[in-house]
Amino acid sequence: MEYALALVVLALVVGAVLSLPLRRRGEEEQREETRLAELRAAKEAKYREIRDAELDREMGKLSRDDWRSVDRDLRSEAIEILRELDRLEGRVPQGGMDR
Amino acid sequence: MAGVGSACLAVALLTALYAVGASLYGATRGRREWVISGRRAIYCVGALCVTAFGLLEAAFLRSDFSFALVAEGSSTDTPTFYKVTALWATQDGSLLLWATLLSLFSTAVLFLTRRSLRDIAPYATAVLGCIGAFFLLLMVGWENPFDTLAVPPAEGAGLNPLLRHPAMMIHPPMLYTGYVGFSIPFAFAIGALVARRTGADWIRATRRFALIAWTFLGTGIMLGALWSYTELGWGGYWAWDPVENASLMPWLVGTAFLHSIMVQEKRGMLKIWNVSLICATFTLALLGTFLVRSGILDSIHAFGASTIGVQFLVFIGLVIALSATLIISRLPYLRSEARLDSLLSREAFFLLNNLVLVGLCLVIMWGTFFPLISEAITGTEASVGPPWFNRLATPLALVLVLLTGIGPVLAWRRFTPSALKRVLAVPLAAVVLALVLLIALTDAPDSPPSLAMFCLVAFVLTVVSQELWRGTAARRTMTGESWPRALSRLTGRNRRRYGGYLVHAGIAVLFLGVAASSAFVDQRDVRLSPGESFEVNGYRVTYREATAKLGGDSAGTGAPIAFGAVLDVRKDGKHYVMRPSRNYYSSGDPSLGTISRFFEGEATSEVDVRWGLTRDLWLAVRPDIGSLEKPIQEADAKFADSPGDVQAFIVAALAERYRSDPPPAAFRAIASPLVLWIWIGGAIVVLGALLAAWPSPEARLRRVRSLYSARVGRELSRA
Repeated sequence: MEYALALVVLALVVGAVLSLPLRRRGEEEQREETRLAELRAAKEAKYREIRDAELDREMGKLSRDDWRSVDRDLRSEAIEILRELDRLEGRVPQGGMDR
Repeated sequence: MAGVGSACLAVALLTALYAVGASLYGATRGRREWVISGRRAIYCVGALCVTAFGLLEAAFLRSDFSFALVAEGSSTDTPTFYKVTALWATQDGSLLLWATLLSLFSTAVLFLTRRSLRDIAPYATAVLGCIGAFFLLLMVGWENPFDTLAVPPAEGAGLNPLLRHPAMMIHPPMLYTGYVGFSIPFAFAIGALVARRTGADWIRATRRFALIAWTFLGTGIMLGALWSYTELGWGGYWAWDPVENASLMPWLVGTAFLHSIMVQEKRGMLKIWNVSLICATFTLALLGTFLVRSGILDSIHAFGASTIGVQFLVFIGLVIALSATLIISRLPYLRSEARLDSLLSREAFFLLNNLVLVGLCLVIMWGTFFPLISEAITGTEASVGPPWFNRLATPLALVLVLLTGIGPVLAWRRFTPSALKRVLAVPLAAVVLALVLLIALTDAPDSPPSLAMFCLVAFVLTVVSQELWRGTAARRTMTGESWPRALSRLTGRNRRRYGGYLVHAGIAVLFLGVAASSAFVDQRDVRLSPGESFEVNGYRVTYREATAKLGGDSAGTGAPIAFGAVLDVRKDGKHYVMRPSRNYYSSGDPSLGTISRFFEGEATSEVDVRWGLTRDLWLAVRPDIGSLEKPIQEADAKFADSPGDVQAFIVAALAERYRSDPPPAAFRAIASPLVLWIWIGGAIVVLGALLAAWPSPEARLRRVRSLYSARVGRELSRA
């Protein structure tokens, strides 16, 4: 009796835990897709900014020192976007996998 | 609570099978939600196994003899520490320990890789689910640790006295953690093969797990050797016993794997070799578990015959068949990305070290299974003894220690002979110096293999010291830091490299102890009456008096009777007192006499060791209780149905009789040089491995950031 009761209770609890990702499938996938699209757009925008800053330097609108500082900041932001993208896509660069 | 425990195992089995199905379905159909569900199923298996383990531990702690396992492996007078650890002294309990450790390891690795390795992880989840399901099936189908007795006995049989040793109780979980840990890189290797992602990703994700498994397995082996030395009463630490060999084999192949994966990470080479090595390591780990529990080979470490031998063999066969088929079918994906540039390079020497390690493993495997092979061929069981193993293993061990020294000084890709001369000048000078000193001052030339080993140990230790010194000096030049700071920064920032060097130093120290203690041991077996003396290796040992203790033996094992001896030991004007003894445990056999049963059960040696950095003195006593035979028989006849307190009184009187008028006792004395260094070396190896495995988030962040910077640059230039 104890065995049967425990079996049923445990099976129900485990079943509930395992079915959760299946039930949330639609909303989670949509949320992820939206976020991925946003990040891809943000990456392209950031790359455009980096190129614009370079152009500004060549046209003399930005001093070399100012450009260095702007470029460093923009590249840091681009790296953060790439990281988030990789995380969502399940990719990790070499060196980042070493656990 | 037995019903709840059984239900936990049954649900865990179903959940593990679900994990296999869901992960495979999700991976092949590209349905991530099923992959996530499969991964969570492994988490659930972990929770269920831990619950079952906790329930069984609680039953042991409260001496609930309605559990068959508790009645078989514990008793009310078993000390609490041994009650806790008695769980894995039994076959069913050790299976539960295996399954629990596996589920925890699997949970940890799948949690850590939940956002990465999307192609490989689902297949790895399925493999881990299969392994877990196998162990759970063994318990649910054949060896249920939650079996109950219809009529619980008033008292349990108690833990096997030989296992009542702290090292022996920690040794199995260490060994099992090692065995189980290797299932993680194995599962990811299989996952990588199935997914055709045969780069180094799976290695980077699981390298630490392999290193942790290797460390635990090594620690388990060292603790087993300590138990053998201090508990078994024969005075040695390694007997080339099948079960000892079974734990050493995966450790050796695992060592080869940990070296050769570096070649794949750095150069993209040895891919076939690496997947083969990890499959072999995992298979050998299963074989180790099988041998310790099956009893198919005679061993001092095998406890009890198994009913699950066939199932184990079938599973091992399946693992080998699956691994081999997969490796062969993926050969086109396992081609090397580079060629060996020079034979004088680190990767070439790693390959050589791999061949020696695997060769050593094959020698040990042949010797271990020789009894079965000879029986199959000739019909009679023959075995090879320690001299056979020593003859073949000694030259390989010497080459291995030599490579341990050469490896760290070599560079990747190629190394010029002139550079080699430069880096080896000081270590070779150290070898010459050691050789001269050993010949002039010691007996080492009496044993050429030991002499060679001592010189190689000097070589390895000098190489490691030189590497540390050179690295620290270079850092000081660059940063101007003080010596201690530069050393600590150097090792802290290159943990994998310097942890590895520390492991090499530890292995050298360990072999120093093995070479000295095996070649220059001095052993005496004597029979003495109180007042008599003997000499061993300059120690004068005098049997002062006999001892007899009832309850509360010196080792705290819960032995009811302990007969021993007090010995005065003198050397170089110093005086020590040593107290070896022998514990006697009651027999549960009702056919024995009321008093006889107190003396007719198991008996174990409680060795007294005087540890020293240069030499140990090891003493064991075997009291002659034959003189008590007649009074015991008389007491059996006279007090056949007496109550417990009367029995205790009679046993006390007999013990006092032995103490006051002891017959001659047999003593074994062993003076071993440098034997303590075996375990000091082992501790250095563990420290080095921990240093190499310790996460270095700063270094990882730096590495990742530089890779991302390069990627941004690449993508910008492409556009």
